[in-house]
Amino acid sequence: MIPIIRTAWTALRRDRGALALSFILPVAFFTIFAVIFGGRSNSTPKVSVIMVDEDHSGASQKLIKGLSEESLSVITRPAPKRGVEQPDYTAATAEDAVRAGTAPVALIIPPGFGVSPISFGGGNQRVSIQLLKDSSDMVASQIITGLLQKVAMTAMPEVMAEQGAKYVDEYAGGFTPEQRKRIDSGLEELRKRESREASGPETHHDPNRGMPISVTTRDVVGQNKNNPMVSFYAAAIGVMFLLFTASNAGGSLLDEAESGTLDRVLSSRVTMGTLLAGKLCYCSLLAFSQLVVMFVWAWLVFKLDFIPHLAGFAIMGVSTAFAVGAFGMLLASTCRTRAQLGPLSTLVILIMSSVGGSMFPRFLMPEAMQKAGLLTINAWAIDGFTKVFWRDEPVSHLWPQVLVLLVVGIALFLIARKLARRWEYS
Amino acid sequence: MASASAASTSTPLPLRVEGLVKRFGELTAVDGIALELNRAECLGLLGPNGAGKSTLIRSIVGRVVPDAGKVSVFGDPAGSIGARMALGWVPQDIALYPRLTCRENLEAFGQYHGLRSAALSAAVARCLDWAALGDRAEDIVKNLSGGMKRRLNMAAGLIHQPGVMLMDEPTAGVDPQSRNRIFEMIEKLRGEGMSIIYTTHYMEEAERLCDRVAIIDHGRIVALGTKDELVHNAFASRSEVLARFDSMDDGVAVWVEQRGGLFDNGLARFSVEHATDIAGLLDAAAKAGHELADVSLRKPNLESVFLHWTGRELRD
Repeated sequence: MIPIIRTAWTALRRDRGALALSFILPVAFFTIFAVIFGGRSNSTPKVSVIMVDEDHSGASQKLIKGLSEESLSVITRPAPKRGVEQPDYTAATAEDAVRAGTAPVALIIPPGFGVSPISFGGGNQRVSIQLLKDSSDMVASQIITGLLQKVAMTAMPEVMAEQGAKYVDEYAGGFTPEQRKRIDSGLEELRKRESREASGPETHHDPNRGMPISVTTRDVVGQNKNNPMVSFYAAAIGVMFLLFTASNAGGSLLDEAESGTLDRVLSSRVTMGTLLAGKLCYCSLLAFSQLVVMFVWAWLVFKLDFIPHLAGFAIMGVSTAFAVGAFGMLLASTCRTRAQLGPLSTLVILIMSSVGGSMFPRFLMPEAMQKAGLLTINAWAIDGFTKVFWRDEPVSHLWPQVLVLLVVGIALFLIARKLARRWEYS
Repeated sequence: MASASAASTSTPLPLRVEGLVKRFGELTAVDGIALELNRAECLGLLGPNGAGKSTLIRSIVGRVVPDAGKVSVFGDPAGSIGARMALGWVPQDIALYPRLTCRENLEAFGQYHGLRSAALSAAVARCLDWAALGDRAEDIVKNLSGGMKRRLNMAAGLIHQPGVMLMDEPTAGVDPQSRNRIFEMIEKLRGEGMSIIYTTHYMEEAERLCDRVAIIDHGRIVALGTKDELVHNAFASRSEVLARFDSMDDGVAVWVEQRGGLFDNGLARFSVEHATDIAGLLDAAAKAGHELADVSLRKPNLESVFLHWTGRELRD
């Protein structure tokens, strides 16, 4: 037994790749997910919300102030453009901003809200706040809705008291027999309404019943999508596997170096530059083909709106495939042997994928982690595909993602070319 | 006659190596090697492991940048396109794509050398025929026998019809039948006037295939010439006596060395001027108390020369 254990341990100790996979990768993964979820357990994630006050009443301003004091990033106007302050959001510009992904939620406080901001047990007299949401972020709208009701309780105590007095006046003024009769009548009416709604053939459930503030929710992005998260996961999972594919394809360079085929190729007319460029083209084509297969599958099986977005898909697909192909070339030229490449690529790709949003949406991560994600190919590729398939943005809006992916691809390829000099001559 | 002579001197040699030096850190792998390869000549490179043969070959191919000296192939410097196109390299490793067929491999290497369409097809057919792999053209390389892989490895080096072939131990690890087949392939090339550099550990291969042999040790050429020249330079008119002793203790080894012989694995080698000198040797052995089991006299061969120049010390 002991010799067997000793032999296996010695072999593992001398295999640095396996050692890294055994001890470094689990710790790295644990750290990443601890940061993501550990941060969430202590406080509500800082969700961005665009606020539009069309009411300009004391109640609406208190509501905005109350929300600002919560763990939210309240935005009332767009960021300055070239140093020029922009006007406050309107209902229309706020809706555009949610579509563009500036924030996952916008709250529009309509005129008349301040007249009767709070009511209990429903009622037709109150004005509903409009909540415009991007349904790809399933959490943000729920958080905002909950916080809105909380703030109504905490930020507007006098409104609450006033509203309570109204109820007393209406239902219990002086507790005379007549008042008692009216209270009983009112409660009876509430009971009847509840009974009617429960037994009716077409039950209409008012989500605001029992809530102090009435909120009308509307999806402004993805409202017509058949399967909202399919496009996200097609891109997220796709990019992760593209990275593995490219790393494996780039590894053929190491196979050829180990077998002596690389030497033979380089003794022909083919130069190292030509060889690497050819390998990059191959890796990129392979990655693009893989994306096509993935999205066509999503289209056929999960009803992804593929055909209307072909142009955007092609542009994002080519950019992503190029960056991923160059990444594969860099990994291959960094390693000395195929045996080194396996553990290193697994380590790097899984970390990139977890931080970059391939395993867990970035919008649910802490802010620092979201920023760290921007250092990965995954994040830029997923953002681009989300623009195409989720936000239905025009192709011209893809330039930041395309530019970053192309620049990253070129940079990685140039580094790979430099590292490959060791194969060129000795 | 004068003009013919001028033409022959102006035509560049297939291969010329001058003062080649290559160092790897403290190690001098090639230490001032100079050699010339003539047209239609097969030059053998013999040397122990680590002698510098592979570095020399890689320098000729242009895969190693020398610290000093120069290599020219038909007048073009090593590594230039002209030199690359004029050289056919058969590496010691099976440098092929294992998942491609024989034909696909040859097509790939042909294309890397710039061959296209009809010229490529003709070159592939010629190489398959030369390597006797016509009926295995569509077989996946990794499924071929060791001998077939070796033959295809050689064919891939010949695909672009080079003027000089560099063969680095092309028969390593093959059975006698395959080795014989490879000899026939090389002899056919020689018959067609190909200039060849041939490295090997097998003396009989060098004796059979090579016009001249260079013995390399410690990065230098220690002997160069035809087989007869090498033997004559090393042994002159002396013959070789091989003696096997009953016991192989240290005393025997010391006694052999004192008598100017080489002792290895129970076999002692002496060189003698005349056959009658054997009697004196036997007498001295008896007086020293060493009993001989077997004694033979033979003319020195290439192996004798090799051991004469490189000794018997293990190199790796």
